[in-house]
Amino acid sequence: MNDSKKNEKKNTAAENLRIIRRILHYLRKYIFFLIAAFVFAGISSMLALYIPVLTGDAVDLIVKKGNVDFEGLKIILTEMATIIAVCATSQWITNACNNHVAYSTVRDIRNDSIKKVNALSIAYHDAHRTGETVNRVISDADQFSDGLLLGFTQFFTGLITIIGTLVMMLTIDLRITVLVVVMTPLSILVASFIASSSFRFFKEQSEKRGEQTAIITEMIEQEKLMIAFSAEGEASGAFDANNEKLAKASLKATFVSSLTNPSTRFINNMIYACVAIFGAMLVVGGEMSVGALTAFLGYANQYTKPFNEISGVVTELQNALACAGRLFELIDEKTDEGEPALLTEFDTKGEVELKDVSFSYDKNKELLKNVNIHVNPGERYAIVGPTGCGKTTLINLLMRFYDVDSGKILVDGTDIMSVEKRALRREYGMVLQDTWLKPGTIRENIVMGKPDAGEDEMIRACRNSHAHSFIRQLEHGYDTVIGEDGGALSQGQKQLICISRVMLALPPMLILDEATSSIDTRTELKIQDAFAEMMRGRTSFIVAHRLSTIRKADCILVMRDGNIIEQGKHEELLSAGGFYQTLYRSQFEH
Amino acid sequence: MKYLLKYLKNYKLECVLGPLFKLLEASFELFIPLLVRRIIDIGVAGRDADYIIKNGALMVALGLIGLVCSLAAQYFSAKAAVFASAAIKSDVFRNIMSLSYSEIDNIGTSTMITRMTGDINTLQNGINMSLRLLLRSPFVVFGAVIMSFFIDLNAAGIFVLTVIFLAVVVYGVMFITAPLHKNVQGKLDTVTLSLRSSLNGVRVIRAFGLEKSMQKEFTDANGDLVQLQLRTGKISALLNPVTFVMINGAAIWLIWSGAMSVDAGTLTQGSVVALINYMSQILVELIKLANMIVLITKSIACADRIAALLNTKPSMTEGTVDKEWTGAACRVDFENCALKYGNSGENALDGISFSVMPGEIIGVIGGTGSGKTTLINLIPRFYDVCEGRVKVDGTDVREYRYSALRKRIAVVPQRSVLLSGSIRKNMLMGAENVSDDEIYSALKTAEAYEIVMGKEGALDYMVSHDGTDFSGGQRQRLCIARALLKKPGILILDDSTSALDYATDAALRKNLRSLAQSPTVFIVSQRTASIMHADKIIVLDEGRAVGQGTHAQLLECCSVYREIYESQN
Repeated sequence: MNDSKKNEKKNTAAENLRIIRRILHYLRKYIFFLIAAFVFAGISSMLALYIPVLTGDAVDLIVKKGNVDFEGLKIILTEMATIIAVCATSQWITNACNNHVAYSTVRDIRNDSIKKVNALSIAYHDAHRTGETVNRVISDADQFSDGLLLGFTQFFTGLITIIGTLVMMLTIDLRITVLVVVMTPLSILVASFIASSSFRFFKEQSEKRGEQTAIITEMIEQEKLMIAFSAEGEASGAFDANNEKLAKASLKATFVSSLTNPSTRFINNMIYACVAIFGAMLVVGGEMSVGALTAFLGYANQYTKPFNEISGVVTELQNALACAGRLFELIDEKTDEGEPALLTEFDTKGEVELKDVSFSYDKNKELLKNVNIHVNPGERYAIVGPTGCGKTTLINLLMRFYDVDSGKILVDGTDIMSVEKRALRREYGMVLQDTWLKPGTIRENIVMGKPDAGEDEMIRACRNSHAHSFIRQLEHGYDTVIGEDGGALSQGQKQLICISRVMLALPPMLILDEATSSIDTRTELKIQDAFAEMMRGRTSFIVAHRLSTIRKADCILVMRDGNIIEQGKHEELLSAGGFYQTLYRSQFEH
Repeated sequence: MKYLLKYLKNYKLECVLGPLFKLLEASFELFIPLLVRRIIDIGVAGRDADYIIKNGALMVALGLIGLVCSLAAQYFSAKAAVFASAAIKSDVFRNIMSLSYSEIDNIGTSTMITRMTGDINTLQNGINMSLRLLLRSPFVVFGAVIMSFFIDLNAAGIFVLTVIFLAVVVYGVMFITAPLHKNVQGKLDTVTLSLRSSLNGVRVIRAFGLEKSMQKEFTDANGDLVQLQLRTGKISALLNPVTFVMINGAAIWLIWSGAMSVDAGTLTQGSVVALINYMSQILVELIKLANMIVLITKSIACADRIAALLNTKPSMTEGTVDKEWTGAACRVDFENCALKYGNSGENALDGISFSVMPGEIIGVIGGTGSGKTTLINLIPRFYDVCEGRVKVDGTDVREYRYSALRKRIAVVPQRSVLLSGSIRKNMLMGAENVSDDEIYSALKTAEAYEIVMGKEGALDYMVSHDGTDFSGGQRQRLCIARALLKKPGILILDDSTSALDYATDAALRKNLRSLAQSPTVFIVSQRTASIMHADKIIVLDEGRAVGQGTHAQLLECCSVYREIYESQN
């Protein structure tokens, strides 16, 4: 093995240790159950080991015709019955405790994951697939839980059984014990050889499986698109190609890892045969009783089995560790939260100032450059410009979905970097082009921004947004449950619900990013008054392509390639004859 | 469950050989206690060292044959399980892809994804273990019982009784926990749904400061899941201790009755030892079986969920007409069409009739929820009408083969989505034999050429997930180019220029008009500006066509259209 390989191995070992430490940290909360599981597992395995001794003793009392000690037998058998009862109870308690620890730990890890999901930056979410995160929190967590369960039960009981059996065997006969112990490494060697070679196949399998999950997630999420383009066949083809590769990898992984049991079992059988031969010789030589031989054979059987189990557990644990590692990677993902002394209460009048703001998503490509704006409370700012000019980026910065690279954004004179994100965002009402509804009732979706709103208040907001009439027509009205992604509602209806949300919450500042893009202009005209009412006295930022909705703005920012190139009222800009004029004209050119 | 068994049929040989070799291995194992008895009763009693060694060697030989059998068994089981699952997966995926829009709406993507991933993995594992152990364990159990008959009839009675009781217990626990495991899977779906919505709605959630409540929702569902898992686990955990008690209880009984038989001279000491060995073999197998049972019940629950998905038949049946198409623009007729969505009370569309000549441009306009998208979804037959019919080139869309119908039509959906992969791969979706030049020309028509050229690697640029490295407008233009590449006879633009600024939108429309192949075009829009030059405009209001005609005609006689127009000017 060369050095780099050695280092790699060292690194993975260190990494595993780190993961184990993290797992132990989660386990700490369930220390009571954990201890109970260990104690009862200890009790049940020890007692289970004692049973062959009693059986052996009993056999020795049954010698031959007319030579059976029934009195002694009675005592032994009663003892056996008691031990069996205690042992079974301990087993059950162990299992119950194990379940409790494993399931609860996974629950805690999942809860921490969702906490992290909600704390991670938008940049993280923009860069990671939904399916990937879902896979970690759902499947990986499940596999980890399975591994943990198995690991606990089998590893510990296995260990106790091995030690206990050794002790028991020693009490019967030293020579045969030595024979068994000498032959043991053979079994371990074979098991560990198989485990290490199967690990490679497992890794290949999990890579292919990851690819498959990504394909499945994307194809199913976009199935309607596939149908529209008659690309279902192509999709199935792509899936099948991967599926075949996965099947091949799976076969290798499954087969190689399943070699462990038969191989070690064969070695065990050899050990068993040796014990039988030597034991029988000792009995012939009068150095051992038949009962003792029976007990010994029982032990020889039991002694080697835990090795199988433990080696099986090792692969299982390796897999569980890998899963846990991926989960912790998510949980340990850095969040830029936690600057000291943040303002948690932030009541604004709505004065917004951008000072020399620069920002880019990709450090190699500049986007916003030295943007300066000053917005007085209650002013209505419209942002226009060709697609990709940085309009939505500006909003990302205002809401602190992303943070500026340089410069400052001040709200009421306070740098927003010193305000807690939640407190800042509460001051904004946002309607986006991309409408998102949470699975649940329509009511839940509307009162989102103001959970304590009364029924009348909610209906008033919906009347204002003209959403009331279509909601009322639904079979269950406001209590209609909408599934993932808004179900059967049209884009426009979804957008109306999003507008109702903001109309109900009425925060001091508004961000309307193509808020009415999916609503027809007739309805838009109808809700115009309500919009005007809502915007009165509220600082508003409006991104729109319809210049008609922009005309009334106090100031129009015309953006191009990340810069504000023109700024002013509609009439001023139009008569200035610049880029705005070109944009405006194109509306009427067909 | 039964439905999935047919997949194993293709691996009949493996399914027979796997368990068969397992059984062979197990039967060799069953001889071991007999050999031990011979060693004790004959070898030890007769002080015959040769005899002892010979029988010991026989034990090793039996073990070796067992090993070979076992290896074969593992291979065949793994092969059958892996490939049968792969076949199931492939068919389920195909079936999902064959579903129509209404089933997708009803089932929901989350559960389809979990079934395709987690559930099938569990099933695969279940099949593998079943082939390996499901027959082996009962075989060893029954084998032990039969062996006991050869040793002592009295003792055999004990074996039979024990096995009957064990069967009752094992089956009982399985019976009770099976539905519980199903519930657990269902709860896991809820947890997944909650997580997914947290991820997909991240911006809105942040904007409304809903992180806490979304978190609570997840935590609650997660808590429910664990409660259910624990309850199920408590019952499953009974299996091992109960079987342990029964077996060992039987062993006590065996020793006692054995003692009496030995005392009466009808049984030897070695036979008692053999009987006890058989009993402990049963115990070992049962422990394996108990672990299996948990896996099997889980697998059955998963299998049922998968079968349900596999059995979901698309509500539409594909037609058989495979009409030739020369690539020319298509004619479209709507004849008194009505449509109602699954569980809603009212018709989403009602009494729609109109005809479109090849090459015409049709504008569809109307209020939010007036049925615009519903209307155009009928043309590629994404949904079926409840009344009336839609004809493309004179043939009812329900009579066409899907491929024959849909190759004529290209849709640019409202929500523009790019798939992961290169831009080229995205452009080529559903199209074959397309040169890069053709792609570039489509991109130019869609005003998307600059977007692609601005990216590193141009057509080879890899789109990041969900295409977030493109703005909404850029995505829309790329999606339009993708549709154009299909060289359709009918092009449907479903409000697909909403994120474009006016200048780009206008340029795009101009380009579309000058297309050489001039397909029939449906433009769904909110803006009268986008459709006012159409040959015919259909005005929808609450699912009914309240006006049809040209811009000028409608301005005159359709009050709804007039209102829309005036609201924009």
